[in-house]
Amino acid sequence: MSEQRALSRRRLLASVAALPILAATADGASISGTMPWSPFAGEPPKPVNPLGWYFFTPDEVVTIEAVVNRLIPADNLSPGGKASGCAVYIDRQLAGAFGQAQRLYMKGPFMPGLPSQGYQGDLTPAGRYRLGLRALNDYAHATHKRGFAQLAPAQQDAVLAGMDGGKIALRLKPGFSTKEFFEMMLQNSMEGFFADPLYGGNRNMASWKMIGFPGARYDYRDHIDKHNVPYPRPPVSIYSAEG
Amino acid sequence: MAKLLPKRDAVIIGLGWTGAILAQQLTEAGLNVVAIERGPWRDTPTDFNVAYMQDELRYAIRKELFLKPSVEAMTMRNTVAQTAMPMRDYGSFLPGDGVGGAGVHWNGQTWRFWSSDFSIRSHLAQRYGAARMNGLMLQDWGVTWNEIEPSFDKFEYLCGISGKAGNLKGRVVPGGNPFESARSRDYPTPPMKMSYAPTLFAQMVKEQGYHPFPTPSANLSTAYVNPLGVRMGQCTYCGFCERFACGNYSKASAQTTILPVLMKKPNFELRTECEVLKVNLAPDGKMAKSVTYIDAKGVEYEQPGDIVVICAYALMNVRMMLLSKIGAQYDPVTGQGTVGRNYCYQTGSGARMFFEGKHFNPFIGAGTLGQTMDDFNGDAFDHGPLDFLGGGGINCVVTNGRPISNRPTAPGSPRWGAGWKKATIEGYNSSMGFSAQGSSYPVRENYLDLDPTYTDRHGRPLLRITFDFPDNDIRMSHFMSDQLEKISKPFGAKVTTVSRAKKGWDAVPYQSTHNTGGAIMGGDPKTSAVNKYLQSWDVPNVFVIGASAFAHNAGMNPTGTVGALAFWAAQAITTKYIKSPGKLVRA
Ligand SMILES: Cc1cc2nc3c(=O)[nH]c(=O)nc-3n(C[C@H](O)[C@H](O)[C@H](O)COP(=O)(O)OP(=O)(O)OC[C@H]3O[C@@H](n4cnc5c(N)ncnc54)[C@H](O)[C@@H]3O)c2cc1C
Ligand code: SF4
Repeated sequence: MSEQRALSRRRLLASVAALPILAATADGASISGTMPWSPFAGEPPKPVNPLGWYFFTPDEVVTIEAVVNRLIPADNLSPGGKASGCAVYIDRQLAGAFGQAQRLYMKGPFMPGLPSQGYQGDLTPAGRYRLGLRALNDYAHATHKRGFAQLAPAQQDAVLAGMDGGKIALRLKPGFSTKEFFEMMLQNSMEGFFADPLYGGNRNMASWKMIGFPGARYDYRDHIDKHNVPYPRPPVSIYSAEG
Repeated sequence: MAKLLPKRDAVIIGLGWTGAILAQQLTEAGLNVVAIERGPWRDTPTDFNVAYMQDELRYAIRKELFLKPSVEAMTMRNTVAQTAMPMRDYGSFLPGDGVGGAGVHWNGQTWRFWSSDFSIRSHLAQRYGAARMNGLMLQDWGVTWNEIEPSFDKFEYLCGISGKAGNLKGRVVPGGNPFESARSRDYPTPPMKMSYAPTLFAQMVKEQGYHPFPTPSANLSTAYVNPLGVRMGQCTYCGFCERFACGNYSKASAQTTILPVLMKKPNFELRTECEVLKVNLAPDGKMAKSVTYIDAKGVEYEQPGDIVVICAYALMNVRMMLLSKIGAQYDPVTGQGTVGRNYCYQTGSGARMFFEGKHFNPFIGAGTLGQTMDDFNGDAFDHGPLDFLGGGGINCVVTNGRPISNRPTAPGSPRWGAGWKKATIEGYNSSMGFSAQGSSYPVRENYLDLDPTYTDRHGRPLLRITFDFPDNDIRMSHFMSDQLEKISKPFGAKVTTVSRAKKGWDAVPYQSTHNTGGAIMGGDPKTSAVNKYLQSWDVPNVFVIGASAFAHNAGMNPTGTVGALAFWAAQAITTKYIKSPGKLVRA
């Protein structure tokens, strides 16, 4: 989602369309006497390149792949988080607008808040992962003398459950708790698993097939009054045909 | 120095739902109007493309169409004893951004508040005695049902609302809402088709003696041409509705109902990506002379106008008034001042049922695909023996089955690791829910003002929200949860969960973008910021349009009433104010 580009394109569109009757006084984004429509000129999403890493270091890659594979383990219902592309998904998100906190209010002063006031730390999501994954590995080394990725699956589960349940405190920083880090990894993993495949996860629409979500379909008029009858068609994604 | 521009008859701040209505009505009356909108231009074929609108991550999770807190944030706290902190991301509510405002990505549940809401104080005093309202700042809105009803009609016909009348000119119509106030004619289009869950809900509550009816919907059941000649299409139940724009021209918004006509008018000009910083008053503070705005390049302009109409969304309306010193700040200690007063929200709770052997297809949905019962809303039931006032609509609305955020699982299920997938598969297609959308009544300590510490990108103070659910509303909501529990029993679900409201409003999980009050309408300038025509008592060439005018919030979504107030205020401007500018009401 290149928001910058979308904005400047819109600015351009608005001004071009308005040129003939542009009020000389105000600036380019003035529109009068016309509907500045431009069919099919919108900002389609760009599918991520599935190769390589844009944000994570090699150490981080191994760690996050281990995490997503425990949060979403491979079993007879679906492939695991790693094979589904969740780590790639998170990598691309952290390399982009989300990772840089472009949406967020990031002005200080940064002070501890109440849970009802939400996250109050000064780290961007990218910064939180950088610190969090290192702290997770430090914890694994301190307790098991090995990196998180080298632990047995049951040990990995125990560490994650401890973070989830507030029983393990990683060395993070004030305003960014271990529980917050865990929730962030869980949320982002599920995003990768269930989002449209164009973002790098949900390979082959495996999660949609698993739960019976038809994906990017846009018209259910033929099924609205078929009550208690499973929807018959397979999922589609934004850029693929039926999977 | 700001560049001075030629004067206009009217300057509109924000081109969202209300801004578009005001622009349309004022230009129709011949006024030369400029609207100044902070966000980008947006239209259906360019920006709401059916080839990629159905992208949950982009629109629902990363919130592409919404206002970014980096542009304008707010601070919040539950009580005056706490320090307000900025909402670094919006969560509990999601303000709009850009042409069409929040109307681009709303659900479209389109209600009329009741006669007993507009005259709530008189009504409750007569039925239960004024003492029952102790501790609540309930007051009449200054406008009566008979005055405002034609404006509701205008908004519904503009939008093409799909629904079924329950009370036609005083005659109760079976199948509609028997508790609604008398309407002059039926809805413009028939109700939507119903999927399984709302159908089952209606059947089960009807058997229990309640009065279900199709939720009035701005997702249209059929093609429609509105009075402006703008054509809308039939809703496809796509399930990418709220948080998304409609690619099918089926959801009423400024784009689908007004802009194709408005944008062609020679006496209308729109400036996008221009943020209004403040309304400038004449030296005596009694008249507005212009607004100052800043464009995307950072250049400041001063746009003079005879009338200034603030249509920036309820919360931003209040901030704009405070930054511009229009009216006096409300003080919760002394009770003096009017701007910021009677801030209200919505008090929700919900039930979810997990079945065996039922299949609901939750992804077949729409922002307003559902059934409602109002048997426990407002004052439809006797509060005599109860320990609270107010109530809520009970709604079974199937909006979506988008899986990143909508994966209900039975209580106690794991959220990750072994076991969560099985629980997710079981819950996804075989559960249904319904919820109570409870009223929110004003109390002394819930209010809006400017934050003393945090500022926006231009260095101006952020709005500060001080809010918690009042005890009255918590008791009301617990009563509603009890009703949800009772109602759900005969459904025969394997497991049912019912949530219960707690003190401590949490800014993180989404609740509703139904922020009301802060610049309320009324009959007395000591207790309201605007008069019954939404005209500022203090600066009479300023009109403030939106849910900011609500003196309390009912157990219904606000925009039907917001749209009606917009038409009502526009009518006052075009038929009364321009003939004789000045105060429309003598206090
Ligand atoms: C997800 C969602 C679902 C909803 N569902 C429903 C529903 O089902 N039923 C219902 O009744 N309501 C619903 N609502 C609420 C509904 O969208 C609003 O009530 C309605 O849009 C309010 O209209 P408005 O004109 O007051 O504000 P908006 O439509 O938001 O318009 C305000 C405009 O002002 C602009 N603006 C703000 N500040 C400035 C400034 N300083 N300078 C220039 N421009 C400015 C904004 O960019 C925006 O375009 C929903 C809202 C959301 C977010
Ligand atoms: S559910 Fe209907 S109204 Fe809503 S976006 Fe889809 S087609 Fe449009």
